[in-house]
Amino acid sequence: MGFEDVALQSRILTLMTLSFHIIYATIGVGVPLMIMIAQWVGIRKNDEHYILLARRWARGFVITVAVGVVTGTAIGLQLSLLWPNFMQMAGNVIALPLFMEVFAFFFEAIFLGIYLYTWDRFEDQRKHFLLLVPVALGAAASSVFITIVNSFMNAPQGFDVLNGELVNVSPLLAMFSPAVPTKVAHVLATAFMTSAFVLASIAAYRLMRGSNHIYHKKALFLTMKLGLVFSIATAVIGDFSGKYLAEYQPEKLAAAEWHFETESEAELVLFGVLDGEEPKYAIRIPYALSILAHGVPGAEVTGLNEFPDDEIPPLWIHYLFDTMVMLGMWLAFFSFVYVVGAWRGWPLIKKAWFRWLTVLTGPLAMLAIQAGWWFTEVGRQPWILRGYMKTSEGATTSGQVDLMIVLFAGLYVILGIGTVVVLSRMYKRNPVEKELAQRESEKGGEE
Amino acid sequence: MTLEIIGISVLWLFLFLYVIVASIDFGAGFFNAYSAFSDKQHILTGIIQRYLSPVWEVTNVFFVFFFVGIIGFFPQTAFYYGTTLLVPASIALILLAVRGSYYAFATYGAKINHRGYIYMYGLSGLLLPAALSPVLAISEGGFMRLEGGQPSLDYWALFTSPLMWSIVVLSIAAVLYISAVFLTWYAWKAGDEKATQLVRKYALIWAGPTIITATGIIFELRGHNPEHYANLLNLWWMFALSFLLFLGTVYLIWKKRNYGLAFILLVGQFFTAFFAYGASHYPYLLYPHLTIYDSFTNESMAIALIIAFIAGLGLLLPSLYLLFRLFLFDKDYVKGKSDYHA
Ligand code: HDD
Ligand code: HEM
Ligand code: HEM
Repeated sequence: MGFEDVALQSRILTLMTLSFHIIYATIGVGVPLMIMIAQWVGIRKNDEHYILLARRWARGFVITVAVGVVTGTAIGLQLSLLWPNFMQMAGNVIALPLFMEVFAFFFEAIFLGIYLYTWDRFEDQRKHFLLLVPVALGAAASSVFITIVNSFMNAPQGFDVLNGELVNVSPLLAMFSPAVPTKVAHVLATAFMTSAFVLASIAAYRLMRGSNHIYHKKALFLTMKLGLVFSIATAVIGDFSGKYLAEYQPEKLAAAEWHFETESEAELVLFGVLDGEEPKYAIRIPYALSILAHGVPGAEVTGLNEFPDDEIPPLWIHYLFDTMVMLGMWLAFFSFVYVVGAWRGWPLIKKAWFRWLTVLTGPLAMLAIQAGWWFTEVGRQPWILRGYMKTSEGATTSGQVDLMIVLFAGLYVILGIGTVVVLSRMYKRNPVEKELAQRESEKGGEE
Repeated sequence: MTLEIIGISVLWLFLFLYVIVASIDFGAGFFNAYSAFSDKQHILTGIIQRYLSPVWEVTNVFFVFFFVGIIGFFPQTAFYYGTTLLVPASIALILLAVRGSYYAFATYGAKINHRGYIYMYGLSGLLLPAALSPVLAISEGGFMRLEGGQPSLDYWALFTSPLMWSIVVLSIAAVLYISAVFLTWYAWKAGDEKATQLVRKYALIWAGPTIITATGIIFELRGHNPEHYANLLNLWWMFALSFLLFLGTVYLIWKKRNYGLAFILLVGQFFTAFFAYGASHYPYLLYPHLTIYDSFTNESMAIALIIAFIAGLGLLLPSLYLLFRLFLFDKDYVKGKSDYHA
């Protein structure tokens, strides 16, 4: 088996594990904030429904976190198993945020354990609410730290190479690479946005399925509002991410936009197919690429002609970029219509087809997350550490990666199916109506 | 103290903590499966769910801490161990997934108490130490070859090595022993007489195999790695201390007295043995290829990591204290009188 093959296999396994982990990680980062908001609203308004909402979300959340921990441990170990040469080098320069991430995990795991097992244990609801703050902070911090590592891979700095040796290492400089601000902000905003839409999907689905309880309506309105806020934030930060790319990774942007020649007043190409260097059947928006890249219609955008052939990322990332952006626009637009509609009492938002579209928001946001990560990671190719180490040089030489791909694929299928089955069974056995009635009668008994 | 020593001590300490908390977790799962098998399930299940469910994620982070930390402090280990451990580590990951998903799906979730699942979960508790402990054997040298500058594992030599197998047996016996002693204490605190008697019996059963295999390994080493063996003998007094602590634990358990103290002595026993073993391994991370000195990271990274570690501990210790106060030392919780699960 050739050397190249093992590198390809390692890429496939990494891709598989990360794509699976990112589903749970996104929920892990975003949902604690949603629970916090619901519980806070519940305490403020003294409304049982929101408190119960927080509680039921928390119950489902434990399950996704547990699978997130399992897959996260897998990817953490696999980075060393599959990319030993890269990790040896990266360990010298970017180990600090990875190490700090572990403390964020500790923090999150400890308080999550406490939070979950102390419902109604305190007289004062607000005390219990406070326990959730470290969970949300820890989860957000772990995504910040890992994204910092990923930023470093895209815009390495903080070290010099002298005769093949790493010298003048500055861990802090490496941590704060130019990719950090946009990347971290975009990742956080998308995690919040996606979590809001996932929860909205569930509420919309319950409403579709005949449960017309006010509880679900409150849940849907709350999450759609949050989805709207965060999808606007996502689009704005996404625009800044484009400007970052134009400045520091122009080849990624050019490949995403099929922008072959450096030129000013560049147009944005949406979808289409490539015929040689000519996009066909594409939607073209004049000046838009110049605006995305530099903020002014006349700006010059670097094209692929400025890079050697073997340093150009695969051109199919164009579709990934388009998918992400179109979904982002759609979700912002759709949640806007919903929120205005709910305010104004438009009958539209209660129509069955509209409800179905609402159910789709969660899966679509998750799809956008996948498209975004694939875009940014494949768009970094052929580099694993941009400008310093090629992906094939970072890979393991072990001959058994193919077997591991099969093994882990099986594992992820089982975990994925298990999550869906267990979650739906858990909520089916204990529907809201039943739980609300139960709480009512308990209260009655006490008073 | 040099930075290298600080680094390896921190890692070794966290590995030790992982060994203790993970043993409790692994062993409890096995006893649970065993009692399900012999229809005594109700005796242990409650205790396991009350104690283990809230803390297993924390247990897992100790493991993550170790493998992230070792890449941070000793990046070259990624090259040697990363390349060779693909298969054993992947198997360990799958087994960890079995355990994690058991908590997710069976204790938090829809309460799927399918027997097959309980058995798988229990079995994984034995297979995990068996999958992880060969790393210790590999670190003794002789199982890894460099071919064209690339390390590869000699599976045949490893699987036919008595050293490897004694380490595996020790790890399994130790897991069951540690877990049984802890559970004896916990069950006693919970006021559950039946469960206490059951796990107390397990503790006494597994004490013997633990100490016998541990001694056996020292003699295996004489043939396999004479240098390490000589270093071990120099630290004989630490092993003697460890043995005395062992006798203390067994005595207390036997006499049905002071289960709490018995567990503390057990921690002391493993602590001294673990650190004596580690110290005698010094300075090698992998005989004879890798020492803590030539694999160490640069100075600025080392200092940054140590500062991060101290800051992290400042955050961690109070939180851990809170966790234990609520779940380990809270009488009502331990006795299962209060159930506040979301
Ligand atoms: C819900 C998911 C989602 C949505 C709706 C969007 N994005 Fe995004 N995007 C991501 C999810 C994402 C991500 C998964 O979070 C990425 C992958 C890596 C990263 O930094 O964030 C990302 C990366 C990413 C990058 C590459 C950054 C880099 O490689 O450093 C750019 C230029 C954009 N996005 C731009 C946009 C624009 C202009 C959007 C318009 C609405 C947009 N994104 C919507
Ligand atoms: C290469 C990429 C990644 C690695 C190596 C990694 C590593 C890990 C590890 C080791 C865990 C388990 C921690 C534990 O035992 O508690 C974990 C869980 C987690 N990861 Fe990842 N991770 C990666 C990507 C991400 C990303 C992109 C995010 C967020 C956007 C994220 C957020 C989380 C969160 C919040 C958890 C806690 C479990 C949960 O809430 O689901 N991770 N990750
Ligand atoms: C933060 C969350 C991250 C996500 C979601 C993510 C996602 C991905 C995806 C989807 C791929 C496949 C790309 C391809 O096959 O071309 C990939 C590749 C890879 N990622 Fe990342 N990545 C993340 C961060 C990291 C980090 C922190 C590291 C290392 C410390 C890392 C290391 C790699 C490596 C080594 C590859 C294989 C090379 C490649 O094929 O691109 N990633 N990642």
